[in-house]
Amino acid sequence: MENSLGPAPSLLEVRGISKSFGAVRALQEVDFTLRAGEIHALLGENGAGKSTLIKVITGVFPRDAGVVRLGDEEVATRSAKAALQAGIATVYQEVNLLPNLSVAQNLFLDRQPMRFGIVREGEMRRRAKALLTEFGLDIDVAAPLGSYSVAIQHVTAIARAVDLSARVLILDEPTASLDRHEVEILFGIMRQLARRGIGIVFVSHFLDQVYEISDRITVLRNGRLVGERETASLPRLELIRMMLGRELAETTGARAAANDHPPREICASFENYGKTGYVAPFNLELRHGEVVGLAGLLGSGRTETARLVFGAERADGGQAKVDGASLRLQSPRDGVRHGFGYCPEERKTDGVVAELTVRENIVLALQAKRGLHRPLSRREQDELARRYVKMLDIRPPDAERPVGLLSGGNQQKVLLARWLATAPRLLVLDEPTRGIDVGAHAEIIRLIRELCDDGLALLVISSELDEIVTYSDRVVVLRDRAHVEELSGEAIDVTNILAAIAADGAAMQEARA
Amino acid sequence: MKGLPPVLITAIVLVAGFVLCALQFPNIASTRVVGNLLTDNAFLGIVATGMTFVIISGGIDLSVGSVIGFTTVFVALAIERWGMPPLVAFVAILALSAAFGAAMGAIIHVFDLPPFIVTLAGMFLARGASFLLSTESVPITAPVYSTVSDFAFRMPGGGRLTAIAIIMLTIVIGGVLLLRLTRFGANVYALGGGRATASLMGVAVGKMTVKIYMLSSLLAGIAGIVFSFYTSAGYSLSAVGVELDSIAAVVIGGTLLTGGQGSVIGTFLGVLIQGMIQTYINFDGTLSSWWTKIATGVLLFAFIALQQGLVALARRPVAKRAGAVS
Ligand SMILES: Nc1ncnc2c1ncn2[C@@H]1O[C@H](COP(=O)(O)OP(=O)(O)OP(=O)(O)O)[C@@H](O)[C@H]1O
Ligand SMILES: [Mg+2]
Repeated sequence: MENSLGPAPSLLEVRGISKSFGAVRALQEVDFTLRAGEIHALLGENGAGKSTLIKVITGVFPRDAGVVRLGDEEVATRSAKAALQAGIATVYQEVNLLPNLSVAQNLFLDRQPMRFGIVREGEMRRRAKALLTEFGLDIDVAAPLGSYSVAIQHVTAIARAVDLSARVLILDEPTASLDRHEVEILFGIMRQLARRGIGIVFVSHFLDQVYEISDRITVLRNGRLVGERETASLPRLELIRMMLGRELAETTGARAAANDHPPREICASFENYGKTGYVAPFNLELRHGEVVGLAGLLGSGRTETARLVFGAERADGGQAKVDGASLRLQSPRDGVRHGFGYCPEERKTDGVVAELTVRENIVLALQAKRGLHRPLSRREQDELARRYVKMLDIRPPDAERPVGLLSGGNQQKVLLARWLATAPRLLVLDEPTRGIDVGAHAEIIRLIRELCDDGLALLVISSELDEIVTYSDRVVVLRDRAHVEELSGEAIDVTNILAAIAADGAAMQEARA
Repeated sequence: MKGLPPVLITAIVLVAGFVLCALQFPNIASTRVVGNLLTDNAFLGIVATGMTFVIISGGIDLSVGSVIGFTTVFVALAIERWGMPPLVAFVAILALSAAFGAAMGAIIHVFDLPPFIVTLAGMFLARGASFLLSTESVPITAPVYSTVSDFAFRMPGGGRLTAIAIIMLTIVIGGVLLLRLTRFGANVYALGGGRATASLMGVAVGKMTVKIYMLSSLLAGIAGIVFSFYTSAGYSLSAVGVELDSIAAVVIGGTLLTGGQGSVIGTFLGVLIQGMIQTYINFDGTLSSWWTKIATGVLLFAFIALQQGLVALARRPVAKRAGAVS
């Protein structure tokens, strides 16, 4: 969207912003410039200060120093409402909507169509429906938002912000819980808005997406500005170097010699396992030292399969066996007792306890497994916390910090540490690399392989097909809540997975386009 | 906002209870008894309407009983001793109670204090202030009082729909409309869903908090006036514990104590259930009136257990993802 008449006028100018939380200097003298009609990626590692910068711009956090100018006026935004009124709409990283209100009310909260002081419910629903249709969503907008999946809630939040964005649209990791198809739709809408002269700030850890959509990139590291570049003239390696301040160890390439091993021992097996209206009965064998990837579109039954396997959902048919003995799997407790671990995708609702410290969060599952009468000594806890903080590079490396004060990506790492600490025999990871920066991303993939070499059985859900291909020994593809295909060995590649996901060739082409 | 299932349960309990009562004492099923029930519980219906807004928004207002007490004393003294025309006295006390509520709301928001503490302080303050005004019961003899007390529509079957019952019904209907149909109402639910989130979505959380507690206190003031019509007197010890009765009515009516869900209709049904139990005990004649409290307690337990069950059900991820992709 580069303007041939020279650079577009700057729309949002941020100069010399500093922000500290107690001793943590989250931002130091950061400058940022957003031009009208551009899509500007804001990048950096977990904890670099991206979300903080956004919240300072929209007035959620008071700033310690610096100015923010929108157009010609200086904006002294003091609240999210003031920012909205100035024309800055934001989707914050921790998707902020109200689960108890209807989808329509969420979309139009505080700006409902009115007549004679009365909300025009019918009109509001009609508009809500129309708005969501643009995002390819056809749902009952009168139902409470909380009854829908995280992904749908996320789309709703984005739709709300898009509809509100008069001059600036800020999206903090909007694509974290969307699938390919939805990302395409979102990008289409973003391009359309940019053409209308709206400036868009886009935060993401998916570098492919950054290169696909952005015109310009600003990189932060440890709360400082590293630089601003044109996307087209910034090689990917250079970008990664800017973000990490060092080179990244090579991570790609298929798992080394995966099929040299003799057939591995079966850890857990599921026969005709399923639940009516949830996931169609499936057969699944999980072996020690093997990674099974679950691929499929959003809503295809991946998370549902994971929940059944872990025992978070009760199956109504079929049989589950561990080490050859059949087992009762009726609740997450049963799962934990049999040495299963489950790292869910809904970090905020099913995941970390924001008020507890990093250490307390890490020992939570292990303590629950041991039972309350065998408490972990403080020394053991400290030891565990230290180990995982180091292993996963949790930042800041302070085990006594409440998890709520960590950046989103670091919270994800804490959650992973919690399950690793229980030394499970089978670990289910639902989107383990969501919201995690490139550096840590490579770490987690490396970790998955290591765990596996230690004899752990892993079931990993991911929407990143490249990623699945990298670490899986077998890939189960789901479609419409049924397991439709199992690929192994040489057959595992992105093309084959896509072919299985798309029932026919046409859909596959669409997905790749 | 699916407030329906809990409300339906409340309605079923009410109807079933009423049928049981009527089977034992056929006289209960008359417009006379129903009319009296509405009159006797008019003040409770009014405060409970306000309490519904507060609780849905995630707060609580413990001061309402004291505000009612203060209002009766203030009105009685203003009319009988200070020679104010009744209408002026009403306007003055309503302005006063609204300001009182607004102040509590402002304190809750600005200092980020738990509503429980702030309104508890308000409760002591208002009760103490009414003792300062007068420690004994002050009868009200103004002519308006007898006119209003005597005013009633005759219902078929000999029942009387009194003026204060009409005031209560009007306020309940007004409350229903305010909560269901206006932006204010939607924002009340939004606050109950999460204050921080509502604020990020652009709701003026501070203003809303002030307005909600103002509404609750204002309605408590109106309930106080109604109470003074009902007893024709002002007494500093009147309406002790009414805050708890009204919270009970709200919860029995299916409103979530943690906020975010509920309805004014449910609260109204909750008030009727409490009134019905009272009526049954009066008819029985042998039971102590404290049985009302015991029955209310049992019902409360039942409803809270029920809500927990419903909430747990609602938390389970529902399989509604199918719409996401075509
Ligand atoms: N409310 C808070 N109180 C204290 N410290 C905070 C708070 N919010 C963020 N921080 C700290 O500020 C730093 C920057 O965090 P921020 O959330 O901006 O990172 P980020 O770049 O968005 O990372 P991510 O990619 O993981 O979302 C982190 O060290 C974090 O721990
Ligand atoms: Mg962030």
